[in-house]
Amino acid sequence: MRLLTHNILSSNIKGVTNGFPLGIEVEKVVEKQVEINHDFLRNIFPKIDWKAFSDASKIMGYVELPEEAPEPSVLDSDLDFLRKFHHALLELHLEEGALVCPQTGRKFPVNKGIPNMLLHEDEV
Amino acid sequence: MKLKQLECLLGHLQQFSNPKAENSFDDISNKVVADFGCGCGTLGAAAALLGAEQVIGIDIDSQSLGIASMNAENLELDIDFVQCDISNLGWRGQIVDTVVMNPPFGTRKKGADIDFLFVALKVASEAVYSLHKTSTRDHVKRAALRDLNASSAEVLCELRFDVPQLYKFHKKKEVDIAVDLWRFVPKRSRGENINVGVRCPLD
Repeated sequence: MRLLTHNILSSNIKGVTNGFPLGIEVEKVVEKQVEINHDFLRNIFPKIDWKAFSDASKIMGYVELPEEAPEPSVLDSDLDFLRKFHHALLELHLEEGALVCPQTGRKFPVNKGIPNMLLHEDEV
Repeated sequence: MKLKQLECLLGHLQQFSNPKAENSFDDISNKVVADFGCGCGTLGAAAALLGAEQVIGIDIDSQSLGIASMNAENLELDIDFVQCDISNLGWRGQIVDTVVMNPPFGTRKKGADIDFLFVALKVASEAVYSLHKTSTRDHVKRAALRDLNASSAEVLCELRFDVPQLYKFHKKKEVDIAVDLWRFVPKRSRGENINVGVRCPLD
């Protein structure tokens, strides 16, 4: 599971109002290189919840992202930033671990890169 | 999914990559695409091959997802998979541009296809491509425009599926079904957090 997906998923347990972002427990992170697409990064940047993203990337072991989202103009000129953004968003995979509901603490296991968000009967 | 079925489906998808609607290619190329009810990942894989930047496949069944993972790896495609029930999707905002899907046809669980459409139109910010039985065409159009907040609903083409006996509830050895490929456009609403724990309003 990439951090792009993590930036979209939220806890779906009944009654949870504050389900985003999901916490992350890391057992195994894998890096897989992907070709960089600057246009794609520029388009997706304004849609990313930066705090959730930068916090998540630290948990995954990558500390190069700034705490605060930079000005969008940075994306036009700063190739170094684009590379870091690309790497954290698309090249870090949580292979084994768990996602954690921020409100209830319920763990959603992640195995072979696939989070299991299926709810138990009493959570629906 | 058998190789023959994969070939058949990809063949049909080749058709829709040269579509009447000129927008279709823009809906996939360089975009974030979600494949709802992805099964073995065929549609998502097709989207990736057609130039989607990122594909996320969602399905309820772990066995299908295992096969989907393998298929993606064999095709050297980068697809994220999530195991989830579509009717209980916790999903934020409008990151996903396009949803592609081959939903359950609603023969066994009535209205399943419309349930999927309900969620897809909430998630996609640009377009939804979906397959529904031709026999339900009027019903789907009415539901999409009147109840599910679609600003447009268009049948791009009609396909014929040869569905072999795949599930225990299939009575015949093989069945030939007429299927519509639809393109829906959602009405835009910016930045809302979606919690799809709500049952489809048509129930």
